Amino acid sequence: MSERLHGRLERTAVGFMLAIVVAGSVGGLVEIAPLFTIHETVEDAPDMRVYTPLEAAGRNIYVREGCYACHSQMIRTLRDEVERYGPYSLAVESKYDHPMLWGSKRTGPDLARIGGKYSDLWHVAHLINPREVVPESNMPSYQWLATTPLDLGDLRDQLAALRSVGVPYTDDMVANASADAFGQANPDSEQSSGVTERYGQDTQVSAFDGVKTSVTEMDAMVAYLQVLGRLTKAAYQNTAAPEQMPNPNN
Amino acid sequence: MGQLTTGERGFAAAILIALMVVGVAMAAAGRFDPIGIHGAIVLVYCGALFCYILTSAFDEEPDASRFSSYYDDPIKVGVAFTLAWAVFGMFIGVWAAAQLAWPSLNFDTAWSSFGRIRPAHTTGVIFGFGGNALIATSFHVVQRTSRARLADQLSPWFVIFGFNLFCLIAVSGYFMGVTQSKEYAEAEWYADLWLVIVWIAYFALFVRTLARRKEPHIYVANWYYLAFIIVVAILHIVNNLAVPVSFGHAKSYTVWSGVQDAMVQWWYGHNAVAFFLTSGFLGMLYYYLPIRAERPIFSYRLSILSFWGITFFYMWAGSHHLHYTALPIWVQNLGMTFSVMLLVPSWASAGNALLTLNGAWHRVRDDATLRFIMMAAFFYGLSTFEGSFMAIRPVNSLSHYTDWTVGHVHAGALGWVAMITFGAFYTLVPSIWKRERMYSAALVEVHFWLALAGTLIYVFAMWNSGIIQGLMWRTYSADNTLVYSFVDSLLAMYPYYIARAFGGLLFLLGAIVASFNIWMTVRTAPAAGAVHDAPLTSGILENAPAE
Repeated sequence: MSERLHGRLERTAVGFMLAIVVAGSVGGLVEIAPLFTIHETVEDAPDMRVYTPLEAAGRNIYVREGCYACHSQMIRTLRDEVERYGPYSLAVESKYDHPMLWGSKRTGPDLARIGGKYSDLWHVAHLINPREVVPESNMPSYQWLATTPLDLGDLRDQLAALRSVGVPYTDDMVANASADAFGQANPDSEQSSGVTERYGQDTQVSAFDGVKTSVTEMDAMVAYLQVLGRLTKAAYQNTAAPEQMPNPNN
Repeated sequence: MGQLTTGERGFAAAILIALMVVGVAMAAAGRFDPIGIHGAIVLVYCGALFCYILTSAFDEEPDASRFSSYYDDPIKVGVAFTLAWAVFGMFIGVWAAAQLAWPSLNFDTAWSSFGRIRPAHTTGVIFGFGGNALIATSFHVVQRTSRARLADQLSPWFVIFGFNLFCLIAVSGYFMGVTQSKEYAEAEWYADLWLVIVWIAYFALFVRTLARRKEPHIYVANWYYLAFIIVVAILHIVNNLAVPVSFGHAKSYTVWSGVQDAMVQWWYGHNAVAFFLTSGFLGMLYYYLPIRAERPIFSYRLSILSFWGITFFYMWAGSHHLHYTALPIWVQNLGMTFSVMLLVPSWASAGNALLTLNGAWHRVRDDATLRFIMMAAFFYGLSTFEGSFMAIRPVNSLSHYTDWTVGHVHAGALGWVAMITFGAFYTLVPSIWKRERMYSAALVEVHFWLALAGTLIYVFAMWNSGIIQGLMWRTYSADNTLVYSFVDSLLAMYPYYIARAFGGLLFLLGAIVASFNIWMTVRTAPAAGAVHDAPLTSGILENAPAE
């Protein structure tokens, strides 16, 4: 019976194509569409802020260099991960991430909460030569970041593009993108006050690469690494590290 | 290209001129950006093809007798592209593997660092090697099983050269740092747009050829090729929706973010495995296996079951890449459930293939080509079992983020995808070049053992390293503290990273042997005697395009 039915289906190319489209669409529709409509999918976090232009530029370098191939940014709800890396990651924490960088492989450790764990100086030394600070490391050296000036003129367009895909940058933020990036990496400059004004008092303003006169890709990269896991405190408020093994069915 | 008519050559020249204009525009708009270099690459690539067409501008019209034979010229070029990408992509893979064991092998330059060459490896082997193999064999299979010539002469060339332009832009971009950092979809917006155009042409050509079939039924291999073409188009378009910073910027931002982006990405990522690396290659299996074994497919009913099972179930399975993450639990559980159910149609396919060999096992012993196909079906069964197993949440809690995943992927990619491709090519090449046999059966044998040894070394190394890694990360001491630092687990990996690079090297050597053997077959193998290999011509001439 069913063979005869299929015998008819496989005589028509158009019918067969339509059947493939129908059979292949159900799974995606059922699993993806509700993620946009069910409110609990992404937690509310009123204190969540957007990336500063310098951090966004650093993120673009992270994307450019393919860091996701070896580093995840997603702490799972497992005891050992929470104890090793910190509170498990919440959906809201990557709400403004286009694309998300959760990753799929840990040749190196997870970076979801790397921000604030090490000094700027450590990150600079580590990126210039990882084996200088971690002798066993197999990470590539990124010494050219320290000598490549960051393209500040571009940042306005970058923020505008991010706004067009849904990141809530204000007109003020977009207009001052270059100045804010310069200011965040030059604490003594007059531009630095605008950064904390627009992005909050907790925003780290420092000469990330240790050189105050110029803004390099190293400044941007370290600024990004230092803000990872610190855009909102939601993960610390909602979830203390669990005392016992989480239910494996959860 | 000798069979192209004057009109087709003119049309081809017009397309190439249009693309050269696009190339110039990209180079001008993006003169301060890597997209400008891509504009120059488009210009040179299309310019070279344009010059080639010019050299035949005054050739005579081909005669109508061409309609009584299959159109195999584009397949030959596709075979050459496949082998070139195989050697390139696998070389990059071995290099990347070696960098993990000896990090200084990137020579401290930006373009050669691991994060940039890793997508060059994955795109090179998945799209370059796998994609070209699928396109080339689909042109061969759809003509033979429909007993009809390809629907037209220009679009096969457009598909082959267009697809390779996509691969070239994608891979050259990664070396310059042009990437979306979306796994297996790293190519930027303009390359993605171009692939959509090429894919529509591919789809139209395939369906129009099917419409000319002289057989009442569409053969099962074509179901799979059709599913591959249609679903990959859907996945590619949805996952790559993005807004470029400007037309002079290579950089774009995906419209998806955070948890929704993660789900879209792994819905894409897992089904790239399903419809690119499984469905398409099952199409290959369903044609070249019965041809080579000289046995009909064991069960038609199993074919139907496995086809619709794979097409329906796979699309639910992507969320098993996101167990224990911030993705809602109901999606994780759905993904796990369907991943486990997926074992049924997967093993139905693998079983159908192996049972087809009943009565032909002596040929498996004697014929290394058939042994490639048999091994491929075996590894297909192995890696689909492993995949369903790893999708179970507690197993995944150990395996995820470790080398086990990498081992699993390579059991599929080396053991299944590459082996079925080589088995198909050793059958296809003598057939379309009208040779009696391959240049050297001994070299096919050598290739088989290199490929098998390479795969086993690779997969065993990664199983070991992955499970050790996963266990070390969760080992607790008696006083309830973590025993190992992350660096401890990295140190334990080095011996396995060296073994893995060696396994990959063996596999690469096998691909080089295959390329040499195929090259020599084309050049020197004795011509085949008369074999009937032609479309049914009644009605063909009436359908031929107006000259």
